Amino acid sequence: MGLKPFYEPADASGELPDPGAFPFTRGNFAGGYRDRLWTFRQYSGFGTPEQTNARYRYLLKQGGTGLSVALDLPTQCGYDSDHPDVEEEVGRVGVALDSLRDAEILFDGIPLDRISTSFTINGTAAILLAFYLAVGEQQGVARAVLRGTIQNDILKEYASRGTWIWPPRPSLRLIGDTIEFCADQVPRFNAISVAGAHFRDAGASAAQEMAFTLQDAVTYCDEVVARGRMTIDRFAPQVSFFFYTHGDFFEEVAKYRAGRRRWARIVRERYQAADDRSCMFRVGCVCGGASLYAPQAHNNIVRVAYEALAAVLGGVQSMFTAAWDEPFALPTEDSTTLALRTQQVLAYESGVTAVADPLGGSYYVEAMTDRMEEQLVEIMADLERQGGMVKAIEDGYVQRLIAERAYREQRDLESGERVVVGVNRFADGEPPPEVAGYEMDAADRARQLERLASVRRERDSREAARLLREVGAAARGDVNLMPVLVDAVKGYCTLGEISDVLREAWGEFQQPVVF
Amino acid sequence: MAPRVLVAKPGLDGHDRGAKVVARALRDGGFEVIYTGIRQRPAEIAAAAVQEDVQVVGLSILSGAHVSLTRKTVEALRAAGADDVPVVVGGTIPASDVPRLKEIGAAAVYPTGTALDAMVESMRELCSQASRSST
Repeated sequence: MGLKPFYEPADASGELPDPGAFPFTRGNFAGGYRDRLWTFRQYSGFGTPEQTNARYRYLLKQGGTGLSVALDLPTQCGYDSDHPDVEEEVGRVGVALDSLRDAEILFDGIPLDRISTSFTINGTAAILLAFYLAVGEQQGVARAVLRGTIQNDILKEYASRGTWIWPPRPSLRLIGDTIEFCADQVPRFNAISVAGAHFRDAGASAAQEMAFTLQDAVTYCDEVVARGRMTIDRFAPQVSFFFYTHGDFFEEVAKYRAGRRRWARIVRERYQAADDRSCMFRVGCVCGGASLYAPQAHNNIVRVAYEALAAVLGGVQSMFTAAWDEPFALPTEDSTTLALRTQQVLAYESGVTAVADPLGGSYYVEAMTDRMEEQLVEIMADLERQGGMVKAIEDGYVQRLIAERAYREQRDLESGERVVVGVNRFADGEPPPEVAGYEMDAADRARQLERLASVRRERDSREAARLLREVGAAARGDVNLMPVLVDAVKGYCTLGEISDVLREAWGEFQQPVVF
Repeated sequence: MAPRVLVAKPGLDGHDRGAKVVARALRDGGFEVIYTGIRQRPAEIAAAAVQEDVQVVGLSILSGAHVSLTRKTVEALRAAGADDVPVVVGGTIPASDVPRLKEIGAAAVYPTGTALDAMVESMRELCSQASRSST
């Protein structure tokens, strides 16, 4: 957007309620971060549950205040580790969880009554939630005490991230089921984290990222409200959001402020929320991703630090700061610790937490916030004209918008129109650091497969078959699926088996191919 | 006639920003581009390559599983009787894996950071070699 050389009082809209007051432009809480810091939540997971468990214990010892579970692609796409099509993916981009046995090991010695756990999981989110509830039960932690989040946002998977399994209709039903179930039984757990981050990393602009996400959230809330069993006030407090914070500092601050205000207005106006707390925009973010580069990779430390500052001035509730080596490697313990320290320096040394919304009232920031909200309204209206988010995704409309912008961004980078330090300006011609992926070694792989085999061997197989039939019957009917899923995982039915039963009942998503 | 290329994403990795940017650049560069979409099995990629009668297959892999998936795709093409179709690979690929990929049968490798124009020219050259050798 075109910027003026400076901003003055006439540029900013007049009314600006205090922090903690509707529509929460200045933040959800009157005390800002004085009363409660954001959660330091570092995304982590690789290889076997034993390896990841050790990394989690390390992160918590270093002062991490929440876990964020990275799962491997077979787990995300509904396959067990022994599925013939997925052998090279097991344990690669996250930890492999095949059955409750793996989940027990993953959380061994981690007190689920005291930490919160976020799962980046979508297609199989309901199954992962069932694992978590079952592990909690084994630890003696009541459902009402468990805190955490499942991402559970399938629409952006269809449009940009790709771990879809079932078609939109049954997927929305399953998401609605988890939202209702959590509202009833797991009240401190976020049943969904509507995520824009993946739109952004696929190429969307800041405004598109926020607008697509809000439109997705509207689709989910419509689904639950249309069932007629719950008002928005029953479940809205368990709906959260997740975004990328990239490098354009004031645009990012404005994005969070405008998104928070827009969501508050949507919840009040569209769903007639009675409680202002239902209108709060609870948001986590990640700093890094596509804004990081492999050449002169140490520059990423600086990028992430500025992004983290923008996220805090935008008022996020939780943050993951990516490690500087993320573009080319599974982060090391050192680089992960440095990323966490980046947040800690910001939180404890910089002084930016002393006052709520310190940028509030800046002519420029308020004008940017207003302009951003106008863009959100425009983009969301366009999606409604396309027939809503599901239709816009099935038609490939959203994907095309994102691909267009990704292409333009790449061209601008290569032409030098968009400056990236160390990449197309001040480049030193040094080859970028060597890419080092994580390779699960043969022994770990064998251990994972052996554990899966022993789970299948040792469980009551007739009972497991019965539980799977129950899942199939529930999927074809219209009861809430969560109770049967919890029973199935407690009977050590595997994630792949449960996913297969649901595939049989529901079919698979057919992707529109556009570029 | 415009050279025909299949851009394919094998494996479960859904990050197709790169695949789509490459497909666009090739289209703008005068290629006829067929994109498979994500999560394709090697056998499906080979079948599409034969059916679409392409001169080159481009794989985009960001999950780190490039060695195994390239090998499987090359084998699937051979099984489909299309071993004359060159395979190129792009994505987050360490320099040290490039010789290994070429050994497996990759005709060219384009790691992250490769300029679009350079990649398009390299693929144009491959296609003209392929059509020279087949006539």
